Amino acid sequence: MPETRYTHTAIALHWLMALLLIALFSLGLYMSDLPVSPQKLKLYSWHKWAGVSAFLLVLLRLAWRIGHRPPDLPAAMPGWQKTAAQGLHHLLYLLMIAIPLSGWLMSSAKGFQTVYFGIIPLPDLLQKNKELGELLELVHSSLNFTLAGLVVAHIAAALKHHLLDRDEVLARMLPFLTRNR
Amino acid sequence: MTPFRILLGTLAVAVAGSAGAAEYGQFQADKSTLTFVSKQMGVPIDGRFRKFAVSVAFDPARPTAASARLDLDLASIDAGSKDADDEVVGKPWLHVKVFPTATFVSSAVRPLGGDKYELAGKLTIKGKSQDLTAPFTFRQDGGNGVFDGAFILKRLDFAVGDGVWSDVSTVANEVQIKFHIVAAPAAVRK
Repeated sequence: MPETRYTHTAIALHWLMALLLIALFSLGLYMSDLPVSPQKLKLYSWHKWAGVSAFLLVLLRLAWRIGHRPPDLPAAMPGWQKTAAQGLHHLLYLLMIAIPLSGWLMSSAKGFQTVYFGIIPLPDLLQKNKELGELLELVHSSLNFTLAGLVVAHIAAALKHHLLDRDEVLARMLPFLTRNR
Repeated sequence: MTPFRILLGTLAVAVAGSAGAAEYGQFQADKSTLTFVSKQMGVPIDGRFRKFAVSVAFDPARPTAASARLDLDLASIDAGSKDADDEVVGKPWLHVKVFPTATFVSSAVRPLGGDKYELAGKLTIKGKSQDLTAPFTFRQDGGNGVFDGAFILKRLDFAVGDGVWSDVSTVANEVQIKFHIVAAPAAVRK
């Protein structure tokens, strides 16, 4: 019988990243409008550390994903929906990689090196450059809002499968949910 | 900068008496830099001062007779970003409205051997004075004298960044200051 559920590792990584990305997005929105204060400097550093962690996690996820084929989509799903699902997943991965990279580059261009947990300095790939820093800030936030939109679509699709199609798509990613057929 | 000019004049006269041939005394502002590295959350941030005046009298043959004075325009700070520049001139930090200038006045120069020397004197920032010693090197370059030195300044000794900012886990107490001062030979007095 074919596997109907993602591996425990894939499920754990998915939900861990879901929480981390929601926290990163909210923190990013909140911190950028704060007046300068020690608290703001701390939040920026925490955001960067969490962002580097998210980047490492998505690499780990990708490696796991390449080595472990996900369960098949329901046979009853129309072909265009399968294509759309696949395309959306690719875009999510692409953004989960591009967003931390854009943040790292933005930080360098603004003249703030990223020092992971205040201990491990990441190399600055870009020289300090005010205009480039502002451009990368725009890129970073645009990519984030794109990701937020795609995540909403991702959740909506999962709920549609569960509540309307009543298939096992959502259950594949939830260890405690079973769909008896 | 009138007191500075008077001092410069005094120094020139004092040193002229010694008739040192290779005395360096004309500060070259466009060739000199005063930079610093502060640390925020473990991240080193480069900064610099755009405007400062130095009066120096240094004869490598008679280093112990040397003297130096720095007048630093604190509002000319580049602390690494616009946010930081706006913040650091304010009351908790440098309070430039009330204390626009930081000064350093030397009291002694000691040769340490080779091209190494030690400078001692009094540094005044934000109305607070502290004794300071800093090692430096001297070399001649294209007819000019070049002084390079660095020291660690503890910002809280001068109440720079007090109140909420006195928490040194966010912005470190230690600020590394680097100076690169170029001076042309002093005008020869007849």
